[in-house]
Order: sequence, then C-alpha cells, then structure tokens
Amino acid sequence: MAKARTSLIRSGLIHLALISYTLIALFPVFLTLVNSFKSRNAIFRDPMAVPTPSTFSLIGYETVLAQGDFFGYFQNSLIVTVFSIALVLLFGAMAAFALSEYRFRGNLLMGLYLALGIMIPIRLGTVAILQGMVAAGLVNTLTALVLVYTAQGLPLAIFILSEFMRNVSDDLKNAGRIDGLSEYAIFFRLVLPLVRPAMATVAVFTMIPIWNDLWFPLILAPGEETKTVTLGAQMFIGQFVTNWNAVLSALSLAILPVLVLYVIFSRQLIRGITSGAVK
Amino acid sequence: MSDTDTADPAIAPIKRPTRWHIAVFLAPAVLVYTAIMILPLIETLRLSLYNLVDGQTAFVGLSNFVTLFSDPRLSASFWNALGNNLIFFVIHMLVQNPVGIALAAMLSIPKLRFATFYRTAIFVPTLLSFVIVGFIWKLILSPIWGIAPGMLDMVGLKWLFAPWLGRPDSALIAVSLISVWQYVGIPMMLIYAALLNIPEEVLEAAECDGITGWSQFWKIKLPLILPSIGIISILTFVGNFNAFDLIYTVQGALAGPDGSTDILGTLLYRTFFGFQNQMGDRSMGATIATVMFLIILAGVSLYLFVIQRRMRRYQF
Repeated sequence: MAKARTSLIRSGLIHLALISYTLIALFPVFLTLVNSFKSRNAIFRDPMAVPTPSTFSLIGYETVLAQGDFFGYFQNSLIVTVFSIALVLLFGAMAAFALSEYRFRGNLLMGLYLALGIMIPIRLGTVAILQGMVAAGLVNTLTALVLVYTAQGLPLAIFILSEFMRNVSDDLKNAGRIDGLSEYAIFFRLVLPLVRPAMATVAVFTMIPIWNDLWFPLILAPGEETKTVTLGAQMFIGQFVTNWNAVLSALSLAILPVLVLYVIFSRQLIRGITSGAVK
Repeated sequence: MSDTDTADPAIAPIKRPTRWHIAVFLAPAVLVYTAIMILPLIETLRLSLYNLVDGQTAFVGLSNFVTLFSDPRLSASFWNALGNNLIFFVIHMLVQNPVGIALAAMLSIPKLRFATFYRTAIFVPTLLSFVIVGFIWKLILSPIWGIAPGMLDMVGLKWLFAPWLGRPDSALIAVSLISVWQYVGIPMMLIYAALLNIPEEVLEAAECDGITGWSQFWKIKLPLILPSIGIISILTFVGNFNAFDLIYTVQGALAGPDGSTDILGTLLYRTFFGFQNQMGDRSMGATIATVMFLIILAGVSLYLFVIQRRMRRYQF
C-alpha cells in the first residue's frame, strides 16, 4: 500500500513538472495566436482572454494578406527546406557510412575535415559565397539557398549519423557480405533502415535552422519571387512595428505552417524513435 | 573494423582491390561541402591578412590583429563582446542542458501517460524562427502591453517586474533565458533518444540488483548517456559563439542597452557591414571572424582531443 502511494505521488510530481514546463513552452505561442484574432482595443485591455464575438477581429490578417504574398513565401520555404533535407540526409548518410564502416588511409583526417563545418558558421564565408553565386548566376534562385543549406547541414548530419552507424552490428553487415550483397546494397538495404531513427533526428535538426534562417535569404535571394516565410515576416514586421494587429497576425502566419509541418512530421519522428531504435 | 572481412576470399578473390565504393560514398558530400563552405571560409580568413593601403588592397600581415587588440575603442568592444558571450554560454550550460536532461529523463519513464504530448509541446519553441521568438518575447516583456507585470501581479510579485530587456544589468540574462527557452528542445531530444537506446536488459539487471528510480538514473543511465551530454555541450558552445539572430531581432544591431548584450556575432555584423554612421570594414570584419574561428577551434579541439578521448564507449 505505502509503496503504491509513493509511486502515485512520484508520478504526480513528474506530471506536475512536465505540465508546468509545457505551459512555459506553449504560453507565448498561445498568446500570439489568440491575440491575433482580436481587435486592437481588446489586445491591450485583456491580453489573456480568448476572443469573444465582441472582440473578434480579422483586421490584422486582412492587412497582412493585402500587403504580402504569404502563400508564395510559404511555398518557397517549403521547397528550399525539403530539397535541402533530402540532400543532407542522402549525402550525409553516405559519407557517414564510409567514415564509420571502412578503415582507409586518411579516414580520421577526412572525418575531422568534414566535422570542421560543425564549429565554423558558414556565415563567416558569406562574402565569398555571394561572389560565387553571382559568378554562377544563381542569385535570387532557390537553388542557391538549397546549395548553401546542404553544405551547412552536412557536417552535423555526418557527425551524428556516424555516431549511430558505429552502433550497427558488424555481424549483420558481414552476414550480408557473405550472402553476396554489394557494399551499396549493404548501405541502402541493411544500414539505412536501421539508422532511420537517427535520420529522423538529423532531419529535425537540419530543418530548424534552414526554415528559420534570415541571413541567406536576405543576401542571396531577397527578390519578391524567392522570399521565404522568415524573410517575408521580418520585412513585414519591420514596416508595421506599431500596428500590433498586423504584427501578431504576421507572427501567427509564420508560426502556423511550422506547427502543421511539425505535427505531421513528429508522428514519423516518434515512429522512427520507437520502432527500430531498441530492438 | 570490417575491411578484413571485405577481403574475405569468398567475395573478393583479389586481396584488397581498390575500394571505389568508399570514394563514391564520400564524393557528393565532400564536393558540395568543399565548394560552398570551405573555400569561401578560406577566402574570408585570407581577407583578414589584407587591408586597403592607399585605395589598393594589399597584404598587411598581422597588422589587422594588432589594430583589433590595441585600438582603444575596438579592443574595448571586443573584450566586452567576448565577456558577454562567455556569460551567454555559461547560462546555457547551467540552465538549458540540465533542464533538457531532466525533461528527457522524465519523458523516458516507461508507460508515462501523455509523454508524446509533452514531448511534442516542449519541442515547439525550438521550431520557431528567431524573428518570431524575438518579437513574441519583446511583446511579452514590454511594459506597454503589460503581460509580464500582469502575470506577476496575479501571484503577488508585481514589485519584481522591471523592463528587463531595457536595463543594462539584466538585459543579457533576459536574452540568454529567451534563447534557453527556445533551444531546450535540442538537448531534450538528443538525450531522450540516447535514453531509449539503453537496452532493457541493462535496466532489468539493475532492477534485480535493487537499483531503481533516482539511483538508477545517476548510477546506470547517466554514465551511459555521457557521450550524448558531451555532444550537446559542444553543440551549445559552438551555437552560442556563433549566435547573432536572436540578439539582432530583440536588441538590434547595436545590441543595447549600452552594448550590454553585444556578443561576438553582433560585433562581427556591425564591423563587417557597418551600422548607422560607422562604415563597414571588410578587413576588420574578416579579422574578427578569424578570431571567432580560433576561439571555436580551441573549444572543439579541447572536446575532441581531451574530453571525448577519455569517455568510455559502450557497445550493446
């Protein structure tokens, strides 16, 4: 009896701690979303209240949608993010496999060379990158962004994935070799499925800085056609600083796609973590 | 590891053929990475040794560095930025990583209800951009809107409120904590994945020996996830010494009030691109970038060659 009670108290405390932190994490987002649907007076009079019929207003969204092409921005962000993640995962996993699986001359050196990019922000090379993109005629294209983000994401992806690939059992791979599988088949058919949870983690870590980046869209692709959501929101907020309705609506529009993407994505992430990870 | 097995006579009759597949696996990553990241970086480091002399770009050796450390105005802002950056990093290590580990430890308790919900919710801030996070917190902490004082009032602590972001003595801590709020999800997820990777048998064996709950965490799980803690520490270090965006959106390029939130990233930005009546200086920018590069290089070398070497790896 006493033991059951202490465990009940313990799990109660754990839930309390987790709920408190969840509130801290979600409260600012909630506040922004809720107030974006209220009239200007209501935002200031009672910021914590949810919109009621008398305070409900879409004036902020009307301003935002009249001023900028947010759907176009969203599409650009999506294209850039998806292509960059795909390239980072494919190239990164291949390189990580080569580094963790084979012993060859220069292995350690190559690993260090590729890990260099984790510590150096790619931004330090911005001027030279811009020169290169101008020379290649890629300024104001989404290709330029995809290339930069692929280079930016690779080092961390290789680092994390090779940590995980070292844990894939050698017996399995050797069994594959005895069955006559080529090295490519071993990589694509045996190892990749086993490190799927790690790939999902890497995908999340790669996605965040790409989706949220302000710097490279501003420098490499500031044109109206290629603006990303982050850049679009930043420019919009800069122009409408004192229009709280518009600012809160712009923030909400920038948050919502991320939340939707995340809800879709997190299911896969959780499935990845729970399926192959342990067994 | 396994190259002896590839030389197995059954598969590879010739002893050690050229293993082209290694090159094929490495080529795409190495090509993209070298062309877009390494070469431009080298170009930037090279720029730090050049400066304009009589309107012509000329090689000046280390004189840019001498200027950075001897010019009273430049060296004062450099040391200020470096000090602030250290505080920024220490706050992350003391708050973000322990909180992340604690959350991961609670979430990984077997059969915990709503675990998925908690994990999903706590990771949300990490997904938001600096632009969003910066503006949301600016609004919340703003005395004009009155969210923060209103909430403190509800718990009777209204006297505690101050315009934290606007005061030189509290602005840096406030900005650091905003950054912690945003990024706690990353250590949480990494540690969570590491905790799930601990095999059942190890934990069952511990339980048979009567090690459960707290002591199980300290004695069994923590040592097993030490490599992951090492990784999150070095990621935090690198991230903090590259940080720029959040301070830029919350406090502007001048990193006010009175330079109290200025870190190396914002200093680099102002020096490189210029701000207000200050002219942009490409060479001095490249010089600061090089110093940042050396600081980060030192930290990472320390991790790779001292800390990681001493860590024991467990293979299951």
